[in-house]
Formats: sequence, structure tokens, C-alpha cells
Amino acid sequence: MLRPWRVGLVAFVLIGISAHATDDRNPFVGDAKAAKAGEYQFRINCALCHGLGARGGGRGPDLTRAQKKHTHSDAEMFQVISNGIPGTAMPANGTNGQGVGMTDEEIWQIITYIRSQEVKAPAKPVGNAEHGKNLFYGDANCSLCHMVEGKGGRVGPDLTGVAGSRTRAAIIDSVRNPSRRLAWGLTEATKEFPQEYESVTVVLAEGKEVKGVTLNEDSFSVQIMDTSEQIHLLEKDKLRSFQKTRQSTMPVYGADLLSDKDLDDIVAYLTSVGAK
Amino acid sequence: MTGPGAGKAEMGVYRGYPEASRRRWRRGWKSGALAPRKAPLPCAGLNPQGLKAVTLPIRDAALKGPLFHVAANVVVTANIAHGAVRGATTGQDVAKIRGFLKAKGILAAWLMVAAFASCAQAQVTFERLVNSAKEPQNWMTYSGDYSGKRFSTLDQINAKNAHTMVAKWVYQTAATGKLETSPLVVDGILYATAQDNRAFALDARTGRPIWMYQRQLPSDIRPCCGRVNRGLAILGDKVFLGTLDAHVVALDSKTGNVVWDVVAADYRTGHSFTVAPLAVKNLIVIGISGGEYGVRGFIDAYDAETGQRKWRFYTVPARGEPGNDSWEGDSWKTGGAPAWNTGTYDPITNQIFWPTGNPAPSNRGAGRAGDNLYSNSLLALNADTGKMNWYFQFTKHDQHDWDATQVPVMIDVKTPDAKTSDAAGKHLIAQADRNGFFYVLDRSTGKLLSATAYGKTTWSDTRDGEGRPIANQNASPTLEGHTVCPGALGTTNFMAPTYDPQTGLFYVTARDQCDIFSTAPQPYEAGHAFYGSAYFPSEEAEPYRGFLKAIDPATGQIKWKFEHTSPTWSGVLSTAGGLVFSGDAEGNFIAFEAASGKPLWHFQMGGAVYAAPMAFAVDGKEYVAMAAGSAIYAFGLP
Repeated sequence: MLRPWRVGLVAFVLIGISAHATDDRNPFVGDAKAAKAGEYQFRINCALCHGLGARGGGRGPDLTRAQKKHTHSDAEMFQVISNGIPGTAMPANGTNGQGVGMTDEEIWQIITYIRSQEVKAPAKPVGNAEHGKNLFYGDANCSLCHMVEGKGGRVGPDLTGVAGSRTRAAIIDSVRNPSRRLAWGLTEATKEFPQEYESVTVVLAEGKEVKGVTLNEDSFSVQIMDTSEQIHLLEKDKLRSFQKTRQSTMPVYGADLLSDKDLDDIVAYLTSVGAK
Repeated sequence: MTGPGAGKAEMGVYRGYPEASRRRWRRGWKSGALAPRKAPLPCAGLNPQGLKAVTLPIRDAALKGPLFHVAANVVVTANIAHGAVRGATTGQDVAKIRGFLKAKGILAAWLMVAAFASCAQAQVTFERLVNSAKEPQNWMTYSGDYSGKRFSTLDQINAKNAHTMVAKWVYQTAATGKLETSPLVVDGILYATAQDNRAFALDARTGRPIWMYQRQLPSDIRPCCGRVNRGLAILGDKVFLGTLDAHVVALDSKTGNVVWDVVAADYRTGHSFTVAPLAVKNLIVIGISGGEYGVRGFIDAYDAETGQRKWRFYTVPARGEPGNDSWEGDSWKTGGAPAWNTGTYDPITNQIFWPTGNPAPSNRGAGRAGDNLYSNSLLALNADTGKMNWYFQFTKHDQHDWDATQVPVMIDVKTPDAKTSDAAGKHLIAQADRNGFFYVLDRSTGKLLSATAYGKTTWSDTRDGEGRPIANQNASPTLEGHTVCPGALGTTNFMAPTYDPQTGLFYVTARDQCDIFSTAPQPYEAGHAFYGSAYFPSEEAEPYRGFLKAIDPATGQIKWKFEHTSPTWSGVLSTAGGLVFSGDAEGNFIAFEAASGKPLWHFQMGGAVYAAPMAFAVDGKEYVAMAAGSAIYAFGLP
């Protein structure tokens, strides 16, 4: 299972072709010194999600990709950094409660740094997206739990935008080792919606057992979606038992279940959706 | 009667008063304009619960709503333009005054009716602050008393009836971001702050606002971690606020009008105030924020009447001063060591205990070789002069952003360490530090008595000759990052702890989290973030876990712990009712049995908690207040 990114959690994803802005009010375009200053600022303000070197972290997309979903020009990137992306974990400048807000000058420096890190040649496409779609909705059983563009199941995260916010390697890892990233909790700064897809088994007062994933939880109550997509709203002190685990409900897709080639095809399908 | 710019409608109220009075109103009331009392009212011997309350409804077109409750057999102050009707009165006198006022055609907006139980709306003197234990109904300093215990002797709400608690009122601040305030209550009025330097006074029994102040902040302020504020100090007839643009402001406690406003430092270089000041004698003590910008930290004391700065203690010694040799080259000039959490005060020795924060840049030790005094230290300062009597550094040469800015709590317990038997049961000070160790010091000397891990720590396996945990060689950040526990947010942080003398336990919010610490060279540039790199959640580590822990200071052992669903930033309150109160990140406010940690009651406040709870009483009824989301809640018995 993938990391618990809420539906539509797609930060910067890549679209353009040119490595440099078309609408550049950026005063530092191509300025190596500004790019270096931007690297300091990037490490402080951005690397928490986007990783050192802007290559993507656990929750933010790889910004070294030449095409970005939300931004073409430097000016657009400036707006995104300043104002965040509503509906995603990308916060407005200075509002994530950790780290400091950036000055305009610092934002331009960061943009200059990101541009300097972009990989100019787009990666060669891998996999057959059409076949991947067939697998997703067919033999691989992904759609029993996952939704793409409104079709599929609800027990797992919606994967419509996942290729925009995750590196290819991260998606593959999430299929091969579904529990690995689930074990890594969210920090408050990006915890705009708390669903973590923890697996839960409860025994209700009347003795009925319910298995599913947590939609939300606090010390006294829990909201669960069971494997048949029924929502249960429960008070913990009225349960006979409550067991939660960070072992994902998703089965481990080893190479015996899903070949490397088929997995490439599924990733190609998810990427083709995310690129729209 | 709101703050500056209260509106023309209210000006109409003053018709008929001498021109001089109107002029004074327009230019804002200065100290003394409202004829403050010169001497405190007697407080002793009055039982607030035994008072007979008389409701005196006074209404005016310009003042909708508020009812002034006037207690009989107490003192009434009616400040009216020229002369105050003032003096000891009876209930009948109250009626006479009312008659007088009606006859004069003047009503409440202008009338400062202050009539009260015990010390009601008397000036808050230093003596009252020292003897705060005599006024359990009031909460007059950040931590409730000078010792920092955040313990209330009120016991009306107790382990037997806590399960029946209900919300009594909610006040919406309309602020966004993290609400970190810890309210004060004095004589029925609650004073608190919210983001962007809002400050306000509420009727503590109803939550109805009496006045509000909001600062017009420059657009380019540089607070590091949210536009937050942790509360006010109160002294005399003023409350005191540190601002995000690094001013100290005195507000009239009855109107919210600005009495004085002084600049402590230049906000453009990263200085700000988020801390609740501490009133000591006639001084307002306050510590600067800005460790993320390479400020040179300081603690200031201002004359409460005039705003004149009486002393400043730089937490980083200058060239030629003792301790400066703990900094490489000129690194002391940008050495950080801010002082952004409220300290405590020992009236017997006249010492202020104030903790300091990280050396700057936080994640890079290269370039600032040495211990980096007095970063991450507890300082004992003479309250009159600001001179340092002793210091104790918790983390030497910190590279993990482990500010030691936790409330240092003065407690008296026995320690089992034979070497310290002389100090057993006397003059201790305890601090649950961000670096994961719980320290007990002799507060007379600053000598370390014990240091015990109270959370997950990997950075220290060894102790120095004083028994202080010392960092392992491999704990330092690297270019690509290295996992260390606790993480940068620390085992605890600014959230206020509590010490309950009844259970003898120290309660603190704790977090188990490990981070990847990276470092990279970074030149200092004034006003720009100066971290020397960054930290990240560690993917390899366990999920973050959050707890409320009860520590026995005598042994450092954890007597009980309650695991929250996720880590919280809530402070903790203990009360003589055998209760401990705290909040959680999911929005619950929880009452625990102090002895066992069993949750007895909870209320969903609808927003995450970053504030600290406190307790007070009005009209003989106990309340517990807590901020969450963007609101302040008061809870009590049905």
C-alpha cells in the first residue's frame, strides 16, 4: 500500500519542457551564486518534504524532473511557494510551523536552485500504460481497494495523482513492501488530514469482529472503514478489543505475484494518469 | 471600551466632561490617568466563597451587554472624570452610588465600577505575586506562581467529580495558526493572548470580552515558528506583552490601552518575542527569540511603570567577558542562545532562573567550536541587576536544535544520591530538557544532582565529571544526514510541565521521535534563516509516539505514562483535586487521575492543542481553562 496521501495530494509535478522559465521575472536566472544561496534555503524550508537535493522525499515530489504539474514558469513557481497548493500538503510560505518564512529574494534563490538541479533529458518512458490499466482493473486486483479517476475501491488511497507526488522508485517500493512507508508516521506540519491507513481489528460489544483501515482516531474514538467499505464510528471504551497495526492491509506483491515488467506497466498507467 | 480606536460612538459617552478629560482620552490613557490606587487593597482574611454577590446591571447605549457584578461589603471604585468615588462601602453604598450616577445621567461605559471580593481589581503588587498561594482563585503569572509548578491548590473539581465536567464557555479569538497562550486570571478577569499579538480581557465567568488589543505588525516580521504568543505578565494596573516585532508593550489592564511601548531589538535581523514576560518586583523580565536567525540572545528587564530598560543580560558573552572563549572566532556575534520561554523566580534568594536556547547555526557546529556558552543553559540571575550567579549547560556545543527553553521548576524533594545529601529536600530546580534527559540541580549553586533519560535518546552514552550527559562522536549531523534521537523537536519542547506537591510527581508532555540531521556550510546573512542545514523525519525509525509522563524527581523514574494517539504540544496542569489536565493533537482536553494516569474525563475541543491549561475560581466556582484551535475554553462542574 502506498503512503497515505490524501486524494489530490499532488505537489509540484512536472510538465514543461524548457529547463528555464518562459515568464521570468526571476532576477537570478542562471546565477550560480544565487542557486547556492537557494540551496541553503531549500535545505531549511523545502527538504523536509522534497528531500535533500530536491530529488523527492517521503511526501513531496521529485523537483529535479523537468516537467512540473503545478508550475511552468518561474513566476508560477513563485506563486506556489508563496501561497501553497490548496488541497495538498504544500503549505504557503511560512505557515508550516516549522522553519522560517522566506523573503521574496530567498524564494527566487530557491527557484534558481531548483532550476539548476533539473534533469534536462526526460527519462525514457518505461512500461506499457494500456496493459498496466488492464492489470490495475483486472488480474492485479489493484482496483479492489484503490481508485483512479473515480473508478475502483475505497479501502486504500486514491492513486489518481500519485505519480505526480511520488518518484517511480517510491511507487515500486510501495507495491513490493506495502508496510514500509506505512510505518512512518506523519508529522503535524503536514498532517492536514490524519488518515494513515493503519490496519485495525476490533471486536464490538456484541462480539462481532470488524477488520479494516482507520479513517481517523483519537484516544477515545475511532472511525473505521471495513473491507466491504462500511464505515464504523466507534467509542473505544465500548469495544471488547481494539488492535491496530502498521502492517498494511495490502498484500505484499512479490515478483511471483507481479512481475517487474507488469509492475512497470502499472506504474506507466499511473504516470499517464498523473500527467494529464 | 476596547483598545485604541474604540470608535466615535463611544466618544459620545463622554459628553459633559471637562475638555481635559476628553483630550486625555483621545491621546490615550497614560499611566495614572485612571487614578490607580497607590496601595493594594487588603487581601487577607476574606473568603471569596463567602461573599454575597450583588448584581448591578449598568447599561449604556455604547456598552451593550456587560454586567458588572458588585459584591457587597467590599470596596467600590468609581472613577469618574474628575474625581473618583472611592472608598470602603457597603451594599447600601453601592445603591447610593448607583443613584448618584443615575442622577448625574452617567452610566457604565465611563464608570469603572470595581467592586470586589477580597483583592478584587486591586493592583497586582509584587507582594501578591510572591504570596500567590494565598489567592488560589487567581493565576497571576505564566506558571501560576513564581516556582513554575503550574499547580493549583483548588480542589473543588477533583478525582471524584471530574467525570461530570462541562464546558462553561468558549471564546473565539478569530486568530489562525497555533494558539500557545496560557491565560492569567486576576479577580474575575481573564487575560490572554492570541496570534499576531492579540491580547484581550474576558469576564472569566462568561467569556465575554471586556477589551481587545491587536498590534499592527510590520509585514516583514520574521518569527521562526508561527506568529505565536504564549501570554502576558501582570503587575500594578498593567499587563505586559512581548511582540513579534520585538517590542515590549504595557497595556492598561482595564482598557487595553497602550501605556508604553518600547523597542527591544530590530525585528528585521530576526529578533522577536513570543514568550510570556515575568513580573518581578517592579521589573518586567523577558527573553528574546531568534535562534534561527543568528541573533545574539538576551534577557531584558524593564521598569514596569516607565518601560525604561533596567538591565540586559546577553546570553552570549562578548569578547573579553568570561565564557567568550567557548566560541570560535567571531561566531559569538551570531551565536543565538535565545531565551524564549518564561523562567521562574526565587524570592528568598532574589534569583531569576531563565533557560536559553540553541547556539546558531543550529545544525552546524563547524565554525563555532567550543561549548558555546551560555546556549542551552539554565541561568541564575540576580533579579535587581541581571548579573549571573551561576549557569548550568544542559547540552554543550549543541548541533541538534535542542533549545533548553523548558520551564525550570523549583521543587523540594529528597534525592537518593549520597553525595548530595546536604541538599536533600532543599532548594532544587528540575528541568525536563528537550535533549531527552530530566535534570535536577541544586538551585543554590547550579550543581547537577541527577540526569535521567525520560524518553528515547541515542545521542549520549557517557557522562562528564559532573554527571552531565555528553554527546557521542557519531551523533553529529553529516552532509547527507544521520539519524539521532530525540529529533529536532525534542523529547519535550516549550510545552509547560507541572509539579504536583501532593503526589510528588513531575508531569511532562514527551515525544519519541528520531530525525535525520544534516549539515551544510551556510554564510550568515542578517535577517535570513541561519540553520546550517536541516533535519528530516527518519524513515527508518519507529513511528512518532507521544506521551504524558509522570516522573519522580527523586529517582528520575517514570511512575506512569499515558500514550496519546500522536505526539502533542500541550502543556500540563496539576491541581489539589488529585487531577492532572492536558490536551492532545486530536483536540481532546483530558483530566487524568494524578496518582495513576487514568483518564477520568475528556472533551473534544475541535482543534489541536499547543497551549497550557490553568485553573482559577470566580464566585467560589472552580474553572479550568485551555486554548485549542483558535478558541479558549473554560470548563467547570455542571
